[in-house]
Amino acid sequence: MNHGRIFAALLGASTVALVVIGTVWPVQSAVAYAGGQGLRPSSSTPEAAVRNLGDDIREQAWEKAYASLANKAQFTEPDFVRDLKGYYPGLLTYATLNSFEVLPRHASANEADVELKLHWSTVVGASVTTRDLRVVRDGDHWKPEWPIVKAPTVPPQVIPVNYLRWDVIYRGATDDWGTQDVESPQVRIVDMHPVERADGVVILGELLNEDVVPAYVSVTATLLSKSKSVLATEGSFDKISHLLLPKQVTPFFIRFPGVQLSDVGSIRMTPVSSLIAASADPVIEIENEQLHPAPDASVTGQLANQSGQIVNIAHVLVSFYNKSGQVVWVADQYVNQALLPQTPVPFHIHVPEDLAKNISSQRTIVATYSFGGSQ
Amino acid sequence: MNSRLWLLISGLALATLQQVAFAQGMSMTLPKAIEAGSSFAIQSHGSGNATLYIVCPEQVLKRDMQLGETAVFAAGSLTSAGHYLVVLTSSTAATNGTLDVTPGKAPAELSFLAEPSRLPVDLKSGITGAVYVFDAYRNLIVTPATISFELASPGGSMQKHLVVTKDGAGWTGMDSTALQGTDTFVARIGQVSTTRVIAQVPGDPCGLKMTARQVGQRLQLVTAPVRDCRGNAVPDGTIVTFTESYHGIQSTVDVPLKRGIAEVQMPVESGATISVASGVVLGNQIGWTK
Repeated sequence: MNHGRIFAALLGASTVALVVIGTVWPVQSAVAYAGGQGLRPSSSTPEAAVRNLGDDIREQAWEKAYASLANKAQFTEPDFVRDLKGYYPGLLTYATLNSFEVLPRHASANEADVELKLHWSTVVGASVTTRDLRVVRDGDHWKPEWPIVKAPTVPPQVIPVNYLRWDVIYRGATDDWGTQDVESPQVRIVDMHPVERADGVVILGELLNEDVVPAYVSVTATLLSKSKSVLATEGSFDKISHLLLPKQVTPFFIRFPGVQLSDVGSIRMTPVSSLIAASADPVIEIENEQLHPAPDASVTGQLANQSGQIVNIAHVLVSFYNKSGQVVWVADQYVNQALLPQTPVPFHIHVPEDLAKNISSQRTIVATYSFGGSQ
Repeated sequence: MNSRLWLLISGLALATLQQVAFAQGMSMTLPKAIEAGSSFAIQSHGSGNATLYIVCPEQVLKRDMQLGETAVFAAGSLTSAGHYLVVLTSSTAATNGTLDVTPGKAPAELSFLAEPSRLPVDLKSGITGAVYVFDAYRNLIVTPATISFELASPGGSMQKHLVVTKDGAGWTGMDSTALQGTDTFVARIGQVSTTRVIAQVPGDPCGLKMTARQVGQRLQLVTAPVRDCRGNAVPDGTIVTFTESYHGIQSTVDVPLKRGIAEVQMPVESGATISVASGVVLGNQIGWTK
């Protein structure tokens, strides 16, 4: 019994001693995790200077990040923050920096070029932005110059918009049995293909709103085995434009991880549509869209908002077709900055290298969301 | 709740039936069938006090009476059509019988299901109407009756089908006409009618055609008024897709129709090919050279 008490007292005393030691002389990694500068090296190399800047951005230590810049006289700290997080509310406004990469490109005795690749965590997944920084020597230290992108300006003007909007009135609870309700929109799957990939099967295709009213749509696919038993059921989730105006077509993409196409006997597709109050604006033009072959197969272009309303989040969906016009792939990208009226914003969507050789054309649509009233 | 009551009363009736054999001089005269809501009378025979029960799953009537009297029930006493059990019971005996309550002969209400509420023009048998015929007490009238289905189209033409109901229901199919607008769909029996409205909407665009002209550094593309193959104006909001292709580069815009036309400005590129489409319908193609 006495031994036990002594052991307990020793444990307590050693715990208190360790807490005191850890607080007074903390290890460097603990300081770093606590948000301090424990592991931060001095900016004795261009890479270290950019790495320190990346750490400051990740910790949202804007003042320190701004103070570390060589060209801070050219812009203010709020300009720097807005350049990173968006001048208008967009995808990056509510994002945090998850990680970053520092990629040296060129170096001389007094200056260097370094690429800073920022991996943001957004509400719709990861988003990567890249900045090419010039780093200059300042005594025995290096300081990065931030390539500020000034706020896009839209010339003062009046953009006339004839707003077109649909509202829906459903049947009431007191209506007689047999009283009609408003009909759900007629939608049709106009193309559908299963494709086997390394991580499973994907179902891709296109859905058309055949009706004269807007539709909220989604697609569900059920894979059936050769014995007609259900293998898996999945929905298109956000790999579709959920709002379809009359005669509009959206691609869809449904992923079945871990399923082999050879196990699939048949596929049951279930398109779902319901009426939705909607507006016909804004109109987004996809400009200078170009298909780039492998290596680094991709489609690039610019989005131009032709309306007067700011689009906060834009979702680009692309259907890729082979020579006979069949859909062979569907890809998407959320644009991480707001679309100002008549201000082009670039997009870049990667295409799997093995499929790129089969692609001869593409069709792109843009789903948009505006704060204070979605399309 | 009604089914429990029914079981309880049925049990009571069965128990009293055991005493029927001992009933001395107690009986009643029942009408074989009456119409729902009509007045009726039940004549009892014998002497002494008794209680009369009239039971069906939806309704129960109870009346205390002197044997030998006639129990008179006013109009509206029994309103639910069905097969009723009638039990006359005293302290020493019981007797029972059955009574059928039939739906009223006069239709008072039509439940009219018309589908769909919206369909494209010029569709054969695209509209269906189904009617259930009820009397004033919401009893389904199962005796055959002739329903007149009348569909008045926006152009003024009328389709009329006469249908005889079977087991209380009648149905028909109608064609949508070539003109967009609102159809009035009426189901009628005698003076009773119910009306539904059907929207006939334009079909796919037909002969989609655009023109192009240069405005400064942009190309103004405008469609002719977009109509379906029957000449109906395709509604505003319908998406028209303009695609401009030049030297492996492409520009695309999805534009909603406004005031019957779609218009957009796109980059001016010499040698560009511009096409227009709406849904799965392709329009004309323009080759642009400066």
